[in-house]
Amino acid sequence: MSNQEIGKEIHKSAPSSTDEFIKGLWKDNPVFVQVLGMCPVLAVSNTAENALAMGIATAFVLLMSNILVSLLRHFIPKEVRIASYVLIIATFVTITDYAIQSISVDLHKSLGAFIFLIVVNCLILSRAEAFASKNTVGKSIMDALGMGLGFILALFSLGAVREILGSGAFFGMSLFPDGFQKWVIMILPAGGFFTLAAWLLIFNLIKQKRAIS
Amino acid sequence: MKEQATIASSDSFKMLRAMVGIGALCGLIIVFIYEATLPRIERLRAEALQEAIFKVIPGITEMRSFSYQNNAFILADESDENVIYAGYDEKGEFKGVAIVAAGQGYADVIRFIYGYNPENQEVIGFYVLENKETPGLGDKIDKDPVFLDNFTALDVSLNEGGDAIKNKVTTVKKGTKTNAWEVDGITGATISSRAIGDIIATSTEHWIPIIYKNRTVFKNIENE
Repeated sequence: MSNQEIGKEIHKSAPSSTDEFIKGLWKDNPVFVQVLGMCPVLAVSNTAENALAMGIATAFVLLMSNILVSLLRHFIPKEVRIASYVLIIATFVTITDYAIQSISVDLHKSLGAFIFLIVVNCLILSRAEAFASKNTVGKSIMDALGMGLGFILALFSLGAVREILGSGAFFGMSLFPDGFQKWVIMILPAGGFFTLAAWLLIFNLIKQKRAIS
Repeated sequence: MKEQATIASSDSFKMLRAMVGIGALCGLIIVFIYEATLPRIERLRAEALQEAIFKVIPGITEMRSFSYQNNAFILADESDENVIYAGYDEKGEFKGVAIVAAGQGYADVIRFIYGYNPENQEVIGFYVLENKETPGLGDKIDKDPVFLDNFTALDVSLNEGGDAIKNKVTTVKKGTKTNAWEVDGITGATISSRAIGDIIATSTEHWIPIIYKNRTVFKNIENE
């Protein structure tokens, strides 16, 4: 899937920075189209707050690693590029971990082990390899912002649905009267798959309709 | 042939330069950020610990830290190790102590704090400070209300000699708890819930006899 996208990217006539930004939001949305980085998408999207925090943390790592990879693209020989990218990504994940700890102990506790798993989020490595290593810093920033925002939006739309149905709340605020029967399954792992499937269905339906018209 | 050899050597130099350069740069950035955020992280952790102490000893309004040195409890400084926390209600009456314990869980070290009331010789509260257990399964150790109910009156009374716990705390299969010193486990989090029971058992075996023996120290602190 993502290989095709990468292929298309190269063959197109040079897209503008705005195109690089927009594509991450819709056409190449990392979650709904490329289906990348599923581990945090499914696991940490049980509440809107967790989803937003995880999305922002991932987007930050994506942006910083894209900038650094793009800056160093002439300096890194291709034999050691993957090792270099992983090193750069791991550095920014460590920084993000300290940053989240210094913001709130509770937030750090609820994101738990998933902060460190950003290192192996294939979205970040794929953007470093497929985009930042071949493009200017400016374009890499636009690409990272678009992809990052697309990831945040996708995670947030999952988190919001799951929290509203599964806990009857939004950002911890209760939405329904006491009689509301919570769909506990929505905050369990299975609910993550259901919600993701529903969003993918909606996304593909809209895309199909657009393609026909 | 000769040319090829020089190309190869300059290439490996480039690779080395790139890896060492990036390694050094990344190391520098990490250390810098670590140093910059450390004071705030430590302050937040201390605040979280204090909040946790108030949670595990219900009804207290004040706390003091004690450290155990040379077989006696003394008021602790910030730098001391082996620290436990005594809690007092608004009348200044001693309500119990909070003890931090840690041990291997399923994924990583689990750190938690528990409250102990020497009057009834029971564990009266439990709060997880740090865990990286599997989300949705192992992390129930700090969410599952049935599991947390284990620690509102967990029997850790001492034997007649007062030098050891009468019945070691053990984790049993969910729904089979029959004795006051047993911890009802969690289905789907067997290892994590068993780890909690084991950590409490080890920690209580070490601390409870010496705390119980010295319990008057905490009560009389107001008069000193």
